[in-house]
Amino acid sequence: MNNIKTFSIGGIHPNKYKLTTSSPIIEAGLPEVVYIPVKQHIGAPAKILVQKGDRVKVGTLLADADGIVSSDVHSSVSGEVLKVEAIEGGSGYLENMITIKVEGDEYEPFIDLSKDISRDISYTAEQIIQKLREAGIVGMGGAGYPTPIKTSIPEGKKVDCLIVNGIECEPFLTADDRLMVEKAEQIVIGAKIINKALGIQNAIIAIDENKPQAIETLTKITKTYVGVNVGVCATKYPQGGEKQLIAAIAKREVPSGKLPVDVGCIVQNVGTVFAIYEAVMKNKPLYERILTVSGDACKHPANYRVRVGTPISYLIEKSGGLTEATTQVILGGPMMGNSVSNLNAPVTKLTSGILMLSDNLAGKETEMDCIRCGKCAQVCPIGLEPFLIARLMRNNQTENLREAHVLDCIECGCCAYTCPARVPLLDYCKLAKTELKKKK
Amino acid sequence: MLKISTSPHMQSPVDTHRIMLDVIIAMLPAIIAAVLFFGLNALVVMTSSVAACVFFEYLVCKFWFKTRNTTRDLSAIITGLLLAFNLPSSMPVGMIILGSFMAIVVAKMCYGGLGKNIFNPALIGRVFLFISFPVQMTQWPKPEFLKFLNTDTQTAATTLGIIKHLDASTSATAISGKLPSYYDMFMGNIGGCIGEISALALLLGFVYLLWRKVITWHIPVYYVGTVFIITGIFWLITGETRYDPLTHILSGGLLLGAIFMATDYTTSPMTIKGQILFAVFCGILTVIIRLYSAYPEGVSFAILIMNAFVPLIDKYIHGRIYGQRS
Repeated sequence: MNNIKTFSIGGIHPNKYKLTTSSPIIEAGLPEVVYIPVKQHIGAPAKILVQKGDRVKVGTLLADADGIVSSDVHSSVSGEVLKVEAIEGGSGYLENMITIKVEGDEYEPFIDLSKDISRDISYTAEQIIQKLREAGIVGMGGAGYPTPIKTSIPEGKKVDCLIVNGIECEPFLTADDRLMVEKAEQIVIGAKIINKALGIQNAIIAIDENKPQAIETLTKITKTYVGVNVGVCATKYPQGGEKQLIAAIAKREVPSGKLPVDVGCIVQNVGTVFAIYEAVMKNKPLYERILTVSGDACKHPANYRVRVGTPISYLIEKSGGLTEATTQVILGGPMMGNSVSNLNAPVTKLTSGILMLSDNLAGKETEMDCIRCGKCAQVCPIGLEPFLIARLMRNNQTENLREAHVLDCIECGCCAYTCPARVPLLDYCKLAKTELKKKK
Repeated sequence: MLKISTSPHMQSPVDTHRIMLDVIIAMLPAIIAAVLFFGLNALVVMTSSVAACVFFEYLVCKFWFKTRNTTRDLSAIITGLLLAFNLPSSMPVGMIILGSFMAIVVAKMCYGGLGKNIFNPALIGRVFLFISFPVQMTQWPKPEFLKFLNTDTQTAATTLGIIKHLDASTSATAISGKLPSYYDMFMGNIGGCIGEISALALLLGFVYLLWRKVITWHIPVYYVGTVFIITGIFWLITGETRYDPLTHILSGGLLLGAIFMATDYTTSPMTIKGQILFAVFCGILTVIIRLYSAYPEGVSFAILIMNAFVPLIDKYIHGRIYGQRS
C-alpha cells in the first residue's frame, strides 16, 4: 500500500503486544450490580433524576445534562436503584454514582434491537444533533467531549474534513480494530451521518498500517459510499493523538491553544462513530461499549461488549482473574492509561481497555542522572524539550516554563518511555502544567 | 497488592547501561584493529587506561561522593577506551594513569559525574598528556600487521605529520614516496594513535551505532562532510596534495572524533539542529587547526572548543514546535 501518512515531529515505536487482534468481540454478560457515574464526560456532572427504589430499564434516562458541556447518562441494565451516592471511582476520587441491582434484561421500548443495518439517513442536521444529545454520546477515545457540541460548528467557522480515528496506537488495545472489522458498514454509515450534520462530503477513516483486516474491509465498503474514504497511516505512537492525526491526514497543524475546528477538521473515534450510528438509526443511548481486557499478566485476553457501570473486577474474573504476577491494573492503554487500586471501579463510556500488567512491563526502574542524550526532545510529537522542563521544575524556575511551551504537552508519555536514565519526564511536565495553570 | 503509578506504564528496553554497552560493542572493531597493527602494546595501553579510569571513578564514588557506585553504568570504560584510542602504542603506563586521572577525576567527576561535565573527559585527558609530554605523545611506532610482540623501536610519521611539511614546491615523486596509499589508510596500516588508524573499523562501529539508534547520523556526517568540502575547495583551487580531501578524512583522528567523541551525549547539543551547527563548526575548526596552526592534528582541540559552546547552542537553538508553523 503506498501513500502512507504520518506526522513529522517525534514519535516512538513501542512493542505492540496486540494479543487480541483476531479475538471476536464477545458479550461480557451482566454483573449483579452496576455503578453508573453521573460524570462520564468533560463538563458539569449530569443532574440525577432517579432515587433509591426506582425501577429502571436498559436505556432509561438516569441523569440529565446540566448545561451545554455536559451529557445525559442512561441506565445500562434493568433493575432497581439501590443507592445514589459518592463512591470511589477509577480515578481514586469519590464520584457520584447510581448503583443498580440487575434484575432481568428489559429494554426501553424506543430502542430498535433489530440486527439489520439501517442505511437511509432521513434526518436533518438539527435532528441528528438532537438525537446525539438524547443518546448521551461523548467522545469515546478518552476525552469524553460531548459529541453534539463537537458536531455543532460555531458561527464563523468552517469545517471541510471529518477524520474518523481508527488508529489504535496504544499497545495491547484492539477494541477499535475489532469494531472496524465486525461493524464496518455501521461505521461508514455513522461517518455519513456526521457528514450530513456538518454539511460536508468528506470523511476519512484513518487506520494504521498494522490493521490489514480493518483496512481491507473498510476499503471495500467505502467504495459504495460517496464521501467516505480510508486513509492509511504509519504504525507509530501517538498517531492516534488528535493533533498528530490532523497533521497526517489533513496536513494541517492545530495552533497552540486552538481546537481542530479552527483548522477545519473534526476528529471522531471509531467507537464514537459506531455509537452515533446506533443512536441515530437505532435510537440506542450510549450504555455499552467495546473494550479490550489484556496485559502480560492476563490469563485470557479478549475483546468484550460491556455495559457501562460494570465493575472492572467482573471483567478481570471473566478473563482469568488476577495472577501472582499482576502488580498493576490499568484503565486504558499502557502509555496513557491510569492505574487503579479499587477494582470495584466501573467501566465508563471512556474505558477503552483494562490491562493486567506485571512488573516486567510496568515496574519502574530507579531514576538515574540525565545523560543529556536528547532523545526526549527527538521523540516528543509536539517538539518540546522535556529535559528542559524537568530541569526548570527541579530548579524552581517556573517563570521560564511558558517559554518551554509546556501547555502544549499532550501527555502521550513518549519522553518518559524513551528516557534511558528513567527520569519521570512526563510527571515533571504534568507538574509544570499544573504550576502554570495555578499562576493564570 | 496492587501498585499505583503514573503513566506511561511501559518503558523502552534501552537504558543508560544498554547504550553504554552498545558504544563499547561499536568500539570492538577499532580495538581489534589496534591489536592487529600494534600488537600487545596496544592491549597494554587500553587495559591500563580502562582500569585506571574505572578505578578512579570507583574511588571518587566511594570516598568523595559517598553515593552509589556509578562505574556500573559502564561510562568509565568508554572514557578509558577513548583515551587509549587517542594515545600512541608506546605510551608509558604511568603517563596513561595520569591522563586517566585528568579525564575521570578532573574533567568528569569534578563537575558532578556522568551527564554533568562540559568537556569530553577522554579528550581532556589526551590534551593534558599532549601538552605535558609532547615527546612521548608524538612518537608513532610503525604498525606491523600481526606482529604481536612488537619490540621494535622503529617509528613512522603520521600522514598528517607528513602533509604538514609539504608545500607547493615539493615534487610529485617525493610526495608519493612518503605518503601511504588510500588502501593502507582505509585499512589502518599507518602510523598514528592506536584507535584512529583504521577507517574501516571505525566505520563498522558507526554502522552499529546507527543500527542500534544510539546516535543519529547528523554529527558524524556533517563533521566529516564539512572537512571534506573545505579541503576539497582548497584542493580544487590549488591542486596541492596537502589539501587532498580524502587524505584528510582517512588520516588523523577525524573519523574517531566524528563518530565516537563529537557524538558524546553529554558534551554535544540536545537538538538535531544544534548538533548540525556543532558538527559544522567542529569541521571548520579542525581544518583551520590542521592547515594553519603549529599542530598537524586539530580534531581534539576543535571538539573541546565546541564543547564549550554547547550550553549556548542549547539555549538558542530549538527544534520546530507543532502548531508554530508560520
